[in-house]
Amino acid sequence: MTLLQNFRLFLDGMNWPDWAAYLVAGLVGIIVVLAFVLVLVIVFIWFERRLLGRFQIRLGPNRLGPEGIFQPLATAAKILMKEDIVPAKADKIIHWLAPVIVFVPVLLIFAVVPISQGAILSDLNVGIVYVVAVSAVSAIGIYSAGWASNNKYALIAAFRTVAQMVSYEFPLVLAIIGVVLMAGSLSMTEIVESQTIPYIILQPLGFVIFFLCTIAEMNRSPFDLLEADSEIVAGYHIEYSGMKFAMFYLGEYGHALAYACIVTTLFLSGWKGPFLPPILWFIIKVFLVFGTIVWMRATLPRLRVDQLMGFAWKGLLPMAIINLFIVAAEVLWLPEINLWILVVVNIAAAGILVLLWSRLFTLGGGRVEV
Amino acid sequence: MALQTEPFILNVGPQHPSTHGVFRMKVTLDGEVVVDVEPVIGYLHRGIEKMGENRTYTQIIPLTDRLDYLASLTNNLAYVLAVEKLAGIKIPERAEYLRIIMAESMRISSHLMAVGFFLNDLGAMMTPVLYMWREREKLLDLFEMVCGQRLTYNYMRIGGVSHDIPEEFLPAMKKFVTEMPGFLDEYDQLIASNEIVLVRTKGVGVLPKETAIDIGASGPVLRASGVKWDTRKADPYSIYDRFDFDIPIGAAGDNYDRYWVRMQEMRQSLRILEQAMAQLPKGEVIADVPQLLRPPVGEAYGHIEAPKGELGFYLVSDNSIAPYRFHIHPPTLINLTALKDMVVGWKIADLIVTFGSIDVVLGEIDR
Repeated sequence: MTLLQNFRLFLDGMNWPDWAAYLVAGLVGIIVVLAFVLVLVIVFIWFERRLLGRFQIRLGPNRLGPEGIFQPLATAAKILMKEDIVPAKADKIIHWLAPVIVFVPVLLIFAVVPISQGAILSDLNVGIVYVVAVSAVSAIGIYSAGWASNNKYALIAAFRTVAQMVSYEFPLVLAIIGVVLMAGSLSMTEIVESQTIPYIILQPLGFVIFFLCTIAEMNRSPFDLLEADSEIVAGYHIEYSGMKFAMFYLGEYGHALAYACIVTTLFLSGWKGPFLPPILWFIIKVFLVFGTIVWMRATLPRLRVDQLMGFAWKGLLPMAIINLFIVAAEVLWLPEINLWILVVVNIAAAGILVLLWSRLFTLGGGRVEV
Repeated sequence: MALQTEPFILNVGPQHPSTHGVFRMKVTLDGEVVVDVEPVIGYLHRGIEKMGENRTYTQIIPLTDRLDYLASLTNNLAYVLAVEKLAGIKIPERAEYLRIIMAESMRISSHLMAVGFFLNDLGAMMTPVLYMWREREKLLDLFEMVCGQRLTYNYMRIGGVSHDIPEEFLPAMKKFVTEMPGFLDEYDQLIASNEIVLVRTKGVGVLPKETAIDIGASGPVLRASGVKWDTRKADPYSIYDRFDFDIPIGAAGDNYDRYWVRMQEMRQSLRILEQAMAQLPKGEVIADVPQLLRPPVGEAYGHIEAPKGELGFYLVSDNSIAPYRFHIHPPTLINLTALKDMVVGWKIADLIVTFGSIDVVLGEIDR
């Protein structure tokens, strides 16, 4: 029973008509989730800029408000005041539609993110399938943005999107299946509840694969080929300004927030934790995940496009399949075993596999004869 | 039915984050693969050669600052050496040493920028650059101490240098020289052990030894291809024959070697700095040279090993106060001609990285 259902029952109890209770409860839930997401996104933007500053031996924005916390608001105001420019030969409708297609699925993901016990908009019994399906829609938005801009840089980014998003979806889903097998449910709440030991320890290999795939899915360094600054300038959003650009910007950080939430839910046992209230634990874990992503962004150079593909198909995919078989075997034949034994076995297996793979294959191809 | 595809032309620059100034490349792409590159230069042309013909010999020195603006002091040095050769001027011992100290610190500063932006082109968003800048900033402070400027120094004079170093300069420089090897080790460890850097740079953008010699490349680009040629050793100018240093050379001539050669050259420069500071004599810093120098009729070519390669100044005098002809031989313009050979067949990402590894400065190319 989620908090939202309780609220609806409470309204019913107040002799509200059924449809009104349904509508009001739904609207309240949506507003709460939206507020949560947008506030966290703004904090994320500030957090990333400050953290990047620390990594790059500088301060980062620190003028507006305490520690510069209001800087994202100033940035947002600046972006909104920009002129909205559409290239003369752009496909105007798709150019207008693309930011929406990118941004809306990100918001939809949060419908099934359990922030705390029962604090979930809709506890779908196929929650994780819904997440994968909805988040994949963003790729279409990015592709159409690149295509509709009538710009060659954007077009290259659009081609890269399709290749990258599709390639990394496979290991991503396979890593999720490992979690689902062990939890015995597709519902996000039940996945959290089944984690007596966080899956990051129980399935370290699955976590690494999933984490790398999410970074690729949200187009962040070292997989940020879509907006590779030094190569294709800004990639798919090169021809966007004003509010439309803000939508991409929000979409990007919203995506990061969404995937940080999913990683927390699937592998870091969600809201669970001692002493502190559950919602605080959830937010701490989300920021830890996001901090790691920012750390990678500050540290690593970018992969080349063929190396990126090679990493997905030759590295992550086979390992994800092997990981799936290991987990399936454990669930099938050793259901009653002490979990800590599995922890040791899985960490050892992950170490051996990663070592083996780093010896076995090299990234990417070489020169092409032209 | 076979899919019909055709290459398309992408305009990289002149407004582009990775063109190190205002450089334009007309790149023909087959998907991601580079089929052809046509460099287009001239967006920063200021006519420095022509301007030089209307100025006195001393007035040209500030113009040379604006060539390779990341290594102004070595430009100064190359120019004053050419003029001194033309007019037959002897310069004081102390000035020679000060020139070496400044030129070698300039080399370190320029290479720090080169390596930093090379990594930036690789996609390591700003972090390496800012760490390199931290060290460069210390050098800029030292330069500021000496001549009051941080970018265009205008420090060298015909017959010496503009003024002596202040008292606090040598201790500060000594501190820098002792600290720097530690930082270089740190950077080396961080960068050379990074798997992504290695797969992105090793074997990419190879410039074979023969091609490098044929096009007349110089500097780190030439040495990375395995040619042991350094003007400081091959044709020692100033007092370079008094110092003990090695010439690091690469083996494969790929992007990684160009990065590696620069890192090693910084270490060698530190060695030269140490020796120069130990030997620094006392005395005058500028010879007695007339304000309006009228060199005898004739011509002279002075060349030095600038951070980016062999920088030369060709001067023709007609015994007037301005040179009759003032020509610059910029190293990066020559090195840039190798770009097409290095990148065809590689991806567009490699094009950017290889271009960054040549380390061009457009002020010098367009002049």
